[in-house]
Amino acid sequence: MSNKKTKTVKWGEEPKLGMLDALYLPAIVSGLATAVRHAVSGKPTTRQYPEVEPEIPPNYRGVHRLNRDEQGRVKCVACYMCQTACPANCIEIIAAPAPKEDPHWTDRDKYPATFTIDELRCIYCGMCEEACPVDAIELTSVYDLTGLTRKEMIFDKEKLLSVFDETVKTGKDPVRTNRGTLGPASEEAPSGRQGPPPPGRGKHG
Amino acid sequence: MVKVKVNDIEVDAGPKDNCILAARKAGVEIPHYCWHESLSVVASCRMCLVEVGETKPDGTIAMGPKLVPGCQTPIKDGTVIRTDSPKVKAAQQMTLELLLLNHPLDCSICDQAGECYLQDYTYKYGKAHSRLDEPKLQRMDKYHIGDQIALFTDRCVMCTRCVRFTREISGTAELQVVARGSHEEIDVFPEEPCNNKLAGNVVDLCPVGALCSKDFLYKKRVWWLKQAESVCTGCSTGCSISIDQNENKVYRLRPRPNPEAQGHFMCDEGRFGFKYIHDERRLSTPRLSVALASGIESQRKTTSANFAPDLNFADLWPTALTKARQKIQDAIKADPSSFVAVFSPFMTVEEAYLLAKFIKGIHDKARLVLGPVPSVGVDDKYPKGPKGESPADGNVKFTIRAEKCPNRLGVEAVLKHFEGSVVRIESIAQRPNAHAWYIVGGYTSGWVTEAIDKAIGTPSLLIVQDIFPSPLSERADIVLASGSFAERDGTYVNHAGLAQSASAAVRAPGEARADGRILMELAGRTGLFNAMALRKEIGAAIPELSVLGSGDLGDQGVRLVRFAKQATAAAT
Ligand code: SF4
Ligand code: SF4
Ligand code: SF4
Ligand code: SF4
Ligand code: FES
Repeated sequence: MSNKKTKTVKWGEEPKLGMLDALYLPAIVSGLATAVRHAVSGKPTTRQYPEVEPEIPPNYRGVHRLNRDEQGRVKCVACYMCQTACPANCIEIIAAPAPKEDPHWTDRDKYPATFTIDELRCIYCGMCEEACPVDAIELTSVYDLTGLTRKEMIFDKEKLLSVFDETVKTGKDPVRTNRGTLGPASEEAPSGRQGPPPPGRGKHG
Repeated sequence: MVKVKVNDIEVDAGPKDNCILAARKAGVEIPHYCWHESLSVVASCRMCLVEVGETKPDGTIAMGPKLVPGCQTPIKDGTVIRTDSPKVKAAQQMTLELLLLNHPLDCSICDQAGECYLQDYTYKYGKAHSRLDEPKLQRMDKYHIGDQIALFTDRCVMCTRCVRFTREISGTAELQVVARGSHEEIDVFPEEPCNNKLAGNVVDLCPVGALCSKDFLYKKRVWWLKQAESVCTGCSTGCSISIDQNENKVYRLRPRPNPEAQGHFMCDEGRFGFKYIHDERRLSTPRLSVALASGIESQRKTTSANFAPDLNFADLWPTALTKARQKIQDAIKADPSSFVAVFSPFMTVEEAYLLAKFIKGIHDKARLVLGPVPSVGVDDKYPKGPKGESPADGNVKFTIRAEKCPNRLGVEAVLKHFEGSVVRIESIAQRPNAHAWYIVGGYTSGWVTEAIDKAIGTPSLLIVQDIFPSPLSERADIVLASGSFAERDGTYVNHAGLAQSASAAVRAPGEARADGRILMELAGRTGLFNAMALRKEIGAAIPELSVLGSGDLGDQGVRLVRFAKQATAAAT
């Protein structure tokens, strides 16, 4: 720790107004010019929503989905990482031991018996997606979220899985994790970049 | 006292300490898996390797050439321990890499995650990657280890703490190591599961997520549990426990190490026996009988014939308590000696004091008696011998006591002070000569025997303060819904006169209130119930309980003077 004082706050100076700026007239004129230019150009910039839907970039953070694994089961292992990470407290999971008597589930230990997200409370920050160790939860580019009641907007496991099915069908997969398979960022670092060699392996053998 | 030096910090350690304990006194952690304070030393995990040297008479320090296990190495004057040298760090990293060689690293579904020593030590002392290229060994999970215990075999680090526990503390020896080398596994004999009365402790002992409690499995992530330090009320041993709670629901009880009370462990009856506190049948609102409630406007629907419909107030308590106070005062003034207050051995000292002082404050002739003291069988002592026999007196390591209540001694001390002697309800059951009763329950299950039921009969005034409905609460004039142990603050005095403080973990269900709060208001005292302040008052008022006068009893509690004298007499 150094006790040298470091400057952390920079104070900005207000720019001085010249004679011309202080009159405000040039600014008004240039504003009017812009308005007139648009009015006479004949090129509308209004979007005709909902007849014409906008192009949403695939890294948009919209409605969540719960991914399925290769066997169609919910991929989530109910680790509660997303619920822990969520700053809006809108995820609620109830975990249960996997139904081992079902031959379909023998290789799994724990799964989410229920999984609900309050889509109204969510702030679409994407922390849940970031936290998930098995890439089971993702934010899709589905943005037009409507409902008639608040309750309807609390998505349960089935609803979230159906968002997955839907987005897979329409090819609207999010770019980040590629339909549940890990992206390049998660790959093992090339061996040259593994950090310093373990101690004890140097010249002492 | 022995002077040792740990990483250049000088400390006074005990002559019997090993390096781990000495370092702990210096505030230095030596990571360890297989060593546990109350088990024998096997030095098999090699996690605790440290450099140890000694100070020569001429003041020079001679370090040993090899690393030694800190758990097994005794200390003497001038011992020098180094835990931060490159050699030690390399050894720690290597040990952890080897322990994790076949470890599944399924922390995401492991119940131990968050309180796992593999996670903690790997984070602090390990390294981030493994050099293993082969596939990891995979083993079958064993759900047959015990009724309450599941073994996730491939998470085990083979510290054998669990095996040593069943051999040395419970003496039942169900668990053992089978096979050798990297195929070593913990197992039980076929058809001989680990179901002894202390079995749940192996789950706490297991430093990793190998042994898990089936009762708690996947119920809650541990980082959401909030702890309250309390005392188990299952028997008069009074194990120090921590109540782990989240959102007003208790998920598990765990023993808190306390050499004064029970050591490191607790029994399964106490550990899993807390479920009654979330029972649906618990009393959750105060109630007034029809006769008493007449004249009070009511709109809510009733559930029971005897009782007035729940009153149309946000809170029925003020009415119930004012009525109760007035009725008690009237009854005592009319005929003091026919008023009986029954104290429960589940009450805390503070509650007993509040009630006794209130009653005796109205009239000295009103009677205080001790309710039934539940007792089952005889004291159960461990470790058991090979044939299940109890150990010899000097070798007892854990006792489950026959007296199934936490605070008989504490309540008796209060009764002796106010009443002169302890009168048991059984002794007056034949001819109670009472017309008005104030009865405190709080027992874990039905406690109203036929004899008591008959003795009390249908008096002119019956006030019941309890957690479960009983024949008495059904015909009571006033029912005060009270709190279980997890909802109470207060002091319990165990079988050996150790007064320990307990703190509330959750709120009582519905509109029920902790007993202390009820009695504060009933007695017409101002302010909130504050166990610490009351302890000071009790310490000053009751000589036998003078040690409570300090208010704060610490983590381990304090012994009543009478028992402290016995203990010193026994020691000398
Ligand atoms: S996007 Fe953010 S706020 Fe919404 S559920 Fe995920 S973590 Fe919570
Ligand atoms: S972080 Fe992923 S695996 Fe864990 S509970 Fe959330 S969705 Fe399931
Ligand atoms: S035992 Fe510890 S390290 Fe292993 S999976 Fe469980 S939490 Fe993770
Ligand atoms: S099960 Fe747990 S306590 Fe038993 S040997 Fe394995 S790691 Fe140790
Ligand atoms: S704790 Fe010392 S070797 Fe295991």
